[in-house]
Amino acid sequence: MNDMPKLDLSRRSFLLTSSLVSGTFVLGFHFPAAAAAAQDTEVNAWVVISPDNSVVVRVAHSEMGQGSMTALAMLVAEELNADWSTVRTEFVDPRENIKRNKVYGGMATVGSRAVRSSHQYLRNAGAGAREMLVAAAAQRLKVPATELVAANSTITHAASKRTLTYGDVAAAAAKLTPPAKVELKDPATWTIAGKPTKRLDIADKVHAKPVYAIDVMLPDMVHAAIVQSPVFGGKLKSHDETAIKNHKGIVQVVPLEDAIAVVADSYWAAQRAVKAIPVTWDDGANGKVSSASIAEFINSGLNQPEAPATRNDGDVKASLAKAAKVIEATYRVPFLSHAPMETQNATVRFSGDIVEVWAPTQNTESVMSAAAQAAGVDPLKVVVHPTFSGGGFGRRGGGGGTTDYIEQATKIAKAVGKPVKLIWSREEDIQHDYYRPISAAKFTAGLDAQGNIVAWNTRIAGQTILSTSAPKAIKDNMDAGFLVAFTDNPYAVENVKVDYAMRNTHVHVGYWRSVNHSQNGYFRECFFDEVAKAAGQDPYEMRRKYLAKAPKQLAVLDTVAKAAEWGKPLPKGMWRGIAQVDGYDSFVAAVAEISLNPDGSPKVHRIVTAIDPGYAVNPDSIKGQMEGAVVWAMSAALYDEITIKDGRVEQGNFDTYPVLRMHEMPIVDVHVVPSGGFWGGVGEPGAPPVAPAIANAMLAATGKPIRSLPIVRRNAATV
Amino acid sequence: MITLKINGQDHNVDVEPDMPLLWVLRDKLGMTGTKFGCGIAQCGACTVQINGVATRSCVTPAAAVVGAEIKTIEALTDSGNSVIQKAWIDHEVPQCGYCQPGMMMAADALLKDNPHPTDEDINAAITNICRCGTYPRVRKAIHAAANNT
Repeated sequence: MNDMPKLDLSRRSFLLTSSLVSGTFVLGFHFPAAAAAAQDTEVNAWVVISPDNSVVVRVAHSEMGQGSMTALAMLVAEELNADWSTVRTEFVDPRENIKRNKVYGGMATVGSRAVRSSHQYLRNAGAGAREMLVAAAAQRLKVPATELVAANSTITHAASKRTLTYGDVAAAAAKLTPPAKVELKDPATWTIAGKPTKRLDIADKVHAKPVYAIDVMLPDMVHAAIVQSPVFGGKLKSHDETAIKNHKGIVQVVPLEDAIAVVADSYWAAQRAVKAIPVTWDDGANGKVSSASIAEFINSGLNQPEAPATRNDGDVKASLAKAAKVIEATYRVPFLSHAPMETQNATVRFSGDIVEVWAPTQNTESVMSAAAQAAGVDPLKVVVHPTFSGGGFGRRGGGGGTTDYIEQATKIAKAVGKPVKLIWSREEDIQHDYYRPISAAKFTAGLDAQGNIVAWNTRIAGQTILSTSAPKAIKDNMDAGFLVAFTDNPYAVENVKVDYAMRNTHVHVGYWRSVNHSQNGYFRECFFDEVAKAAGQDPYEMRRKYLAKAPKQLAVLDTVAKAAEWGKPLPKGMWRGIAQVDGYDSFVAAVAEISLNPDGSPKVHRIVTAIDPGYAVNPDSIKGQMEGAVVWAMSAALYDEITIKDGRVEQGNFDTYPVLRMHEMPIVDVHVVPSGGFWGGVGEPGAPPVAPAIANAMLAATGKPIRSLPIVRRNAATV
Repeated sequence: MITLKINGQDHNVDVEPDMPLLWVLRDKLGMTGTKFGCGIAQCGACTVQINGVATRSCVTPAAAVVGAEIKTIEALTDSGNSVIQKAWIDHEVPQCGYCQPGMMMAADALLKDNPHPTDEDINAAITNICRCGTYPRVRKAIHAAANNT
């Protein structure tokens, strides 16, 4: 049994987390040994040099498999001219961000922002530390700094053949004033960043060394299971504990405002008991809401005459009236769950006036504040122990209620007076998510006699994420973010209208990997193929025409078309579809190759995809993200939907919320084509073009557009 | 009190006979390499080997495996760099890593049974869920491991 030693506040606070880690309890990232920690030198907030000349780079973002931990360290190491083989990482304690006046910026790992929001300060940090180390070496060697060369964590004075390591001069460097301004390298000269680099977390993960939050074991720890109000917004009315009086291992029943928890000596005992307790819920006003009533509500939005617009170029109405051909279509997508493999969980221990928390998260700052609020303590009294997160995909971003499991565990631990590990069952996880919003798009486009698009009208009706995350931020019934891919539609059409009929339900919604680009990319790219079909044009060639002034989109489109040999006949019974969606400052396109199963559902044989993220910091990691995005998007395109009955979610586990598995996995051919000059995200943008590429291949195969997702449930005979 | 033989060692545990092996491993023995993912034998995060057969421990009662050879990810790791783990590292398979112990236990069982699996064999044997989407690399790593045995 691996037990965590008690909290020792005598260590310097920044390395507190490492001091809690015993030799047998490896967290999967490398912490300096406690003894060595005292001799480590912090050159600046990101760069710590150990006496053995190894380098610790501080990482302010979460690692949930997307590779940020490695990519961010690469950017620092590049400018630092560090010996990459000695670079380790250390997660930033969110309390330090408060104490240091937000030197690390926002620590939320959302919106594919880890690299694109921090590359500047990370490179500055590496370059600044390098200059300070060189300046210290110049003083030591009594030579001008300009005569010194720093490379591989070593500073060389060629004329006198003298060398000093970073470790030799770190202490002196730390006393110098940081340079006010640093010069960053031309990315063309990079030797670490931009090269395929082994991720720092791989070997430990393969050897099952990382202790995820769900794995934490503490002395005297007890286990909690929970059942939450099945209707969002409902409350616990009454419950009958006598039903579990014969259960073994029960410690305590903890009723919460909208949930009931049982604490026991194992999770299994707790889960069995909590399911056995008869509970009466006050469903509130939403106990009768169903998917059918929600669909009607959405339809009312599609059909209302006027709505707030983000674009109204030219004269759509007049152009449609004059059009030779008018194409109309309505597209729909359902709510979707994140279902990360590590369900929501949190372990909380009260140690004196300190509250310790272990939890999978994309945002340790939000864990700190949520636990502080639930415990009634100052955030600086909360220690968030860093762990890898077993997926996240937006569920654990920290805003808009997504710290619910942290608050629950904190309240339960406080009630029980012992360290508590709370684990949500998969059913609780799927039924109490913050879902990708339900949405629909009603399109009208006009073609002239030559097949040119003369007008394009888009009405979106759906639930803004702000309705859950920040209702007060909604102004004038508009959330411009809900209209991405339309407001900034790169297809050059003269008469364009984009408007939004907001339809907010009681269902909690949130940020789901690739967010509003996921549904809007599908809507737009599939309707474009319908328009191309009506115009009698090839969907790839027609896209090229309308992207003539969008070179980045055009380049990735051409890349996938070429790689997939667009235009070359496929074997009989095979079809292709193409799509492109830019987002998160990156440009992505995809081609899907499919055949049809006997029941009419698609069998996807190959996805060819290309991304231009501007600068590609770790190309192999980006390739992995693109592969993963294909799987993510295919699950949603083919199978996934959350439906509502009696105000509650009908699905509960992977039997009713099926996701893609190995046997359905196509070949994925990824092309990473960085064109330089900008910093795009990579975690999310791979997903949006996948569903429309598959749906467009279905259109090519059957002549029938796929106007709602998931394809298998809605459009083919199988379920 | 029942006795379970896990990774070659006998462990006496005081549990109810229907407690799933997963929770005996995790909560009673502190062997947390085996993960919880669904509780209904869908996702395979909890995969261990029972007498060499990949088995979902979340629905396997402890009493049902008394006397059996139970092998967990900890054994694969303690053996040093297993062929599977080497291939997993070479191909940088994991992303979040959470499902990977189960994936590797399933792959290890497959290769013991079928040293040179085809893509179809892999499809049939690897039914584990990975939400990060590591399937392409899992497939490549299994083929690579097969070529190294």
